[in-house]
Amino acid sequence: MTPLTGWGRTAPTPATVLRPRSADEAAALLKEAGRRGVVARGLGRAYGDAAQNAGGLVLDCAALAPSWSLDEETGLVTASAGMSLHDLMTALLPRGWFVPVTPGTRYVTVGGAVAADVHGKNHHADSSFGAHLRSLRLLTADGTLRTLGPGDDLFWATVGGMGLTGVVVEAAFRCVPVETSRMRVDVRRTRDLEETLEVMTAGDHDYRYTVAWIDLLARGGRMGRSVLTRGDHARLDELPPRARRDPLAFGPRPRLSAPPWVPDGLLNRATIGAFNALWYGRAPADRRGLIQGVAPFFHPLDGVGGWNRMYGSRGFVQYQFVVPFGAEDTLRRIVERLSRAGVVSFLTVLKRFGEGTPGMLSFPMPGWTLALDIPVGQDGLAAMLTEFDGWVAAAGGRLYLAKDSRMSAATMAATYPRLEEWRAIRRRADPDGLFVSDLARRLRL
Amino acid sequence: MRNALGSVDTVLLLGGRSEIGLAVVERLVRAGASRVVLAARGGTAPAERLRELGAEVHVLDFDASRPETHPALIEEAAAKLGDLDVVIPAFGVLGSQAVYDDDPVAAARDVAVNFGGHVSAGLAAARRLREQGHGALVVLSSVAGVRVRKANFVYGSAKAGLDGFAQGLADSLHGTGVRVVLVRPGFVIGRMTRGMTPAPMSVTADAVADAVVEALGSGRGTVWVPARLRPVFAVMRILPRDVWRRMPR
Ligand SMILES: Cc1cc2nc3c(=O)[nH]c(=O)nc-3n(C[C@H](O)[C@H](O)[C@H](O)COP(=O)(O)OP(=O)(O)OC[C@H]3O[C@@H](n4cnc5c(N)ncnc54)[C@H](O)[C@@H]3O)c2cc1C
Ligand SMILES: NC(=O)c1ccc[n+]([C@@H]2O[C@H](COP(=O)([O-])OP(=O)(O)OC[C@H]3O[C@@H](n4cnc5c(N)ncnc54)[C@H](OP(=O)(O)O)[C@@H]3O)[C@@H](O)[C@H]2O)c1
Repeated sequence: MTPLTGWGRTAPTPATVLRPRSADEAAALLKEAGRRGVVARGLGRAYGDAAQNAGGLVLDCAALAPSWSLDEETGLVTASAGMSLHDLMTALLPRGWFVPVTPGTRYVTVGGAVAADVHGKNHHADSSFGAHLRSLRLLTADGTLRTLGPGDDLFWATVGGMGLTGVVVEAAFRCVPVETSRMRVDVRRTRDLEETLEVMTAGDHDYRYTVAWIDLLARGGRMGRSVLTRGDHARLDELPPRARRDPLAFGPRPRLSAPPWVPDGLLNRATIGAFNALWYGRAPADRRGLIQGVAPFFHPLDGVGGWNRMYGSRGFVQYQFVVPFGAEDTLRRIVERLSRAGVVSFLTVLKRFGEGTPGMLSFPMPGWTLALDIPVGQDGLAAMLTEFDGWVAAAGGRLYLAKDSRMSAATMAATYPRLEEWRAIRRRADPDGLFVSDLARRLRL
Repeated sequence: MRNALGSVDTVLLLGGRSEIGLAVVERLVRAGASRVVLAARGGTAPAERLRELGAEVHVLDFDASRPETHPALIEEAAAKLGDLDVVIPAFGVLGSQAVYDDDPVAAARDVAVNFGGHVSAGLAAARRLREQGHGALVVLSSVAGVRVRKANFVYGSAKAGLDGFAQGLADSLHGTGVRVVLVRPGFVIGRMTRGMTPAPMSVTADAVADAVVEALGSGRGTVWVPARLRPVFAVMRILPRDVWRRMPR
């Protein structure tokens, strides 16, 4: 038995971890599952307990047949579920293709991207990962490998289904052509939350990628002040002459690694406050046409390996919710309350979502999404977040399963209106409940 | 499942009318637990209050003196609750030493509850928790078992047995994801001790419950209530025998 946690390093539970290298091996290993069932795991970047299965079996799929192919005509990529987006970018960018959606880290597997129906900075323009999927190969509870497409309801129960319908073995999705591996970026600071919302609403559609980083520790008139970064893939003629020689170069390496042991409380109000002030203070008031690599633009945190250890032994939670457009008051109330309570959050990110996918448990819906990281141990944190859950639910919003580690089964049921429909499809595909995770038990999925 | 901030979802209380046990359950429900089983003699227990707090409460019949029923009871509770996040065996009887002196059979019967019942129920629960790979077992020992006194040595020796059982069980569960929280209260003013004169440093059931909940959250394995009983008993334990013998109660 190996103790496992998610990226937030909270609530560890032990499981038997096996590493299938092929679909056949995975099918054979399903038979090893006992009463406690089985769930797939990718690179463990979900923050909570989605890829854990206390007392049961966890199939570590990160070594699942690393293979991919690209149709140079259409940009259709077929990749095994264990491939990471990092590996895919390394393979595809030099050929002039970019993944359709990337989360804030490249170190997620294709299987994890499907299971969480991940979104990126382009959600307002391009929706989430599932929207670009053409087909899936899914290993189901009966040991068979099914090929599924967007016409199958099991496909949409799997997209966003958090590994609970089976093991994704392979996925085919459309990539986007790019002339360069760089981004053309505009950076802009805003005074307060109102201006942040205004500027994003007015200008997001001019960019493929946008996100706002909020300085949560700013109070009073400056509450909600933000740094907006918005950009597009740079065209060849936008690169400086030197970069044009190798316009599709991509070879980022983690530059630093967090030390293996960090004293608890290193990230506290003072250090996070200083970091936030520095970040805001160093951002340009309004700067256009910056040329930046893909890695610093999309994955700034990947520059520090194992940064999650910086939060100390108790770990941290990520709280990410979405509320529909029109519910800005709820967003405002939450930001106000967080800022008043002096909650320390290292990175607080605000983003506008566009259309969702038909994924029944998929998170995104048109509206505002806010994500914050909070070290465990702040007084009153549990009660405050529970209160937020109520506000988010009342506004017709919900929380992201890939980030959640603490909501209640009741909140889940109240905020995912298609849960019953999803359950029925899952029951058909897996009548004995072979696939199960700590998250599934906690939320009684 | 226990969540990232330490709240649990399900609780099983064995000895479903225990004052200390109910005080713990109530706190866990206020912090988010949504399903509870109260297992008590005769199958009646005060479920209403917990229901008012929003929990789904089941009441089962449970007799600590019938070990042959314990494994099935644990399975029945798991069928109602799903995974057992916290199991609290809180049953116990505090008989008088004078009565025991005259009635050895009654003494043995109570020891069978205070020690034997905890062994069978504790092992049955531990088997289930081990399979789950998570969960906590709260064991209510007592300072009476830390060093047994002549004034209540039947009760005290049962608690000493229970204390040792809990320590061994905790060690055998190490690495399985399951925790044992060993609680050593002093004199608790309440139903069990009604009519007795409170000993020094006595506490209430609420204080014990606060300490239990704190330990469940913090991961502490042993709790003394009040905390200062720990240094006090470090001394008590090494008092010479002829001094200890003269302890008035
Ligand atoms: C720094 C950081 C930034 C992030 N930013 C974003 C973001 O911007 N947008 C976003 O959407 N998410 C974001 N995430 C979350 C992350 O994208 C998702 O949690 C993703 O699912 C992680 O993939 P993984 O391979 O690590 O999967 P894991 O974390 O190991 O597993 C996540 C889920 O996927 C399932 N799963 C994994 N592999 C398979 C498979 N082969 N078959 C079936 N199910 C499988 C697991 O069962 C589990 O339910 C971020 C995470 C981090 C750490
Ligand atoms: N109170 C103290 O001073 C003190 C100090 C240290 C440790 N403790 C321990 O803490 C635990 C809880 O005590 P408490 O203060 O909550 O006392 P309590 O309110 O008297 O609770 C004890 C419970 O045990 C039940 N019980 C007794 N025999 C049983 C049997 N054969 N089968 C099933 N249930 C039985 C009783 O049931 P009925 O309701 O039917 O009587 C009662 O509900 C006990 O283990 C006790 O030894 C208590």
